[in-house]
Amino acid sequence: MKTKSTAASCRYDYAKSPPIDQVGIVERAARFTTRSIKSDCKRAGLDMVLNMIDLTTLEGADTPNKVRQLCYKAEHLHDSIPGLPTTAAVCVFPNFVSVARVALGDSSSVKIASVATSFPNGHAILEQKLEETRRAVGDGADEIDMVISRGRFLSGEYDYVFDEIAAVKEACGKARLKVILETGELATLDNVRRASDIAIHAGADFIKTSTGKIASAATIPVTLVMLLAIRDHFFKTGRMVGMKPAGGISTSKLALHYLVMVKETVGPEWLTNEWFRFGASSLANDLLMQVAKLERGLYQAPQYFSKD
Amino acid sequence: MATKQKTLEWEYAPAPEAAKIAKVAKRYGHFINGKWTAPSSGDYFRTTNPATNKKLSEVADGSAADVNAAVKAARVAYEGPWGKMSGRERGKYIFRIARLMQERAREFAIIETLDGGKPIRESRDIDVPLAANHFFYNAGWADKLEYAFPNRKVSSLGVAGQVIPWNFPLLMAAWKIAPALATGNTVVLKPAETTPLTALKLAEIIADSGLPDGVVNIVTGAGETGAAIVNHPDVNKVAFTGSTGVGKLIQKSIAGTDKRATLELGGKAANIILEDAAIDQAVEGIVNGIYFNQGHVCCAGSRLFVQETVFEEVMWKLKRRMETLIVGDPLDKNTDVGAINSKEQLKTIQKYLKAGVEDGAEMFQPKCDLPSTGNWCSPTVFTNVAQSSRIAQEEIFGPVLAVQTFRTVPEVIEKANNTPYGLSAGVWSDKGARLFQISNALEAGVVWGNTYNQFDPASPFGGYKESGFGREGGLHGLAAYLDF
Repeated sequence: MKTKSTAASCRYDYAKSPPIDQVGIVERAARFTTRSIKSDCKRAGLDMVLNMIDLTTLEGADTPNKVRQLCYKAEHLHDSIPGLPTTAAVCVFPNFVSVARVALGDSSSVKIASVATSFPNGHAILEQKLEETRRAVGDGADEIDMVISRGRFLSGEYDYVFDEIAAVKEACGKARLKVILETGELATLDNVRRASDIAIHAGADFIKTSTGKIASAATIPVTLVMLLAIRDHFFKTGRMVGMKPAGGISTSKLALHYLVMVKETVGPEWLTNEWFRFGASSLANDLLMQVAKLERGLYQAPQYFSKD
Repeated sequence: MATKQKTLEWEYAPAPEAAKIAKVAKRYGHFINGKWTAPSSGDYFRTTNPATNKKLSEVADGSAADVNAAVKAARVAYEGPWGKMSGRERGKYIFRIARLMQERAREFAIIETLDGGKPIRESRDIDVPLAANHFFYNAGWADKLEYAFPNRKVSSLGVAGQVIPWNFPLLMAAWKIAPALATGNTVVLKPAETTPLTALKLAEIIADSGLPDGVVNIVTGAGETGAAIVNHPDVNKVAFTGSTGVGKLIQKSIAGTDKRATLELGGKAANIILEDAAIDQAVEGIVNGIYFNQGHVCCAGSRLFVQETVFEEVMWKLKRRMETLIVGDPLDKNTDVGAINSKEQLKTIQKYLKAGVEDGAEMFQPKCDLPSTGNWCSPTVFTNVAQSSRIAQEEIFGPVLAVQTFRTVPEVIEKANNTPYGLSAGVWSDKGARLFQISNALEAGVVWGNTYNQFDPASPFGGYKESGFGREGGLHGLAAYLDF
């Protein structure tokens, strides 16, 4: 079980992860969804969510032109409504990072995130993953979304997982590292908590639920467990870690319930795109439809909003 | 455009439920023999909204003569149509009441919140649906009593006199009325004087259901009216939920009669957190245990015992969680903690807050702006509490938690049982064996493991020691209305 370590001195003692009561988590999660978000608070929330989106395209069919369009949309969500924010970032495969960098230029407020480390399954040797990470950063990525080796995690090789994350973090240099746990493959909330603790201690700047490539993606209970890990770490060390639920969040109402959860667990300090993101592709248009409804009093047909 | 949009103060906008939907009459009489009846004395008393102290309506002040008329109507109905009716036919009426309650759930929830001060979230999601479920559950048993109690011959008791408290007005009415009807008894019920409105709305749907006249009679009034019901010679069964003090009086007054009785009285429940518990979920359980319904809950987890190794963690997490509780307008859908039920109860709670501080306990209350009118109390937690302190011994019936620490399991069992009460308890541990070991040693009618304040019509509920006797809910609850 012992593996060669690059950060042996600060490895996380995984036995310290607290137990999670699944029934209790589901009950607490349900309470967030009963908060009623109205009027000014709703509009502010919608703008906040738009500004927290990592606008994503991670398809085999991606083309340079599709990536350019995505970059434009990130900066111009719906120009017929003035004053809208930009999204937080675009999220693309590593080979499109240079395309995105040209499209956005160097002064854009929109960050470029890229999924390195053999996304989405993570089956590659470590050197390959590190090289992919370095190249993406070299091409202009501001943020790297890595996947953990779930097989190693599930077989109990926590040190391996820790060391791999620490190595990728080193390869990131100045780029911020988001660690994807792929919670849909972790089977239990106890595992979600342990994986969160390992990632946080190994140096993750963000922890992220899912790749969006398997059926079970972000849920409120899973995100709650991860937020509690972030809060506990902050209380002990004073270091803030970001959170990114990804996959399965496609409606404004659900996204607002996530904000409620953030506000009431880790606190309002996390309610900025520096510390909280949504990984989503179709969410943006649903938000825009809700904003348009608030501005104009009527719902507009989906075809009034660009699909990218 | 800025990347960081600073909206750190993201406060929820008001989201009030529409009070107008609820129809409250200016004045209510008693509901006797299927008719609204003016009180014989001609006297009425006010019922107010505890969140504003404004008058909502006025209700009849019941005298001995009114109670007599109600018991008489109940007796006639028992000797007449209801006593002769088959269980299957009785069940149809009870099902109908349950469905009517569901159909008017929103109105019931609003009135419950207006009259009692509890948050609309609770009356909407817990009180009203659970009350309807009690009617559904008991309706199903009405024609199956011979299967409920196999090889036993059962018969109904007669007229049940029922007196209920102000903390769960509609739910307690359902707990009392539904099993009584399912087993073929007739009812005279008195709701609490501060919260009579939902019981009177229940009378409306009972009338709509076509239930034969006199099967359910509702008489309003204060303590004397309740005493008149309990002491009436033609009442066969007394069912009371309320304070231990009044419960003792009832015991005395029915001594020497052949009246059957169930009493569900006060409590001072221990909620025990072991070091291996899932702490964040346990904190939710603490909050749910003591701040649910402003702590106006007989089974509230008002004494918290925390194993010393996790005391600091539990406390900072609990205090942080308390900071997120929203205290205010009970009709707002985002309110977590509503108004204290009455001025008198607020005075009682304030007396205990003072006593706790004087005893040297440390008091914590989260920062929250309380409304300027109405009856309010911030959620409160006391640490450094002595087992002999009044706030650890006496039932406060408010949002006040007394925290103690312990080192060993035998120690906490001894402390938890060191109370005249024995209604409920909670235990939190990740180890199943520990849960069973401790819950078996606790003298309490209900022990929750890794959860708190869970209720179900199929599950019996009731107390040990001075928390009363008899069970409500489930088959035990039916048995309390039957002769074997």
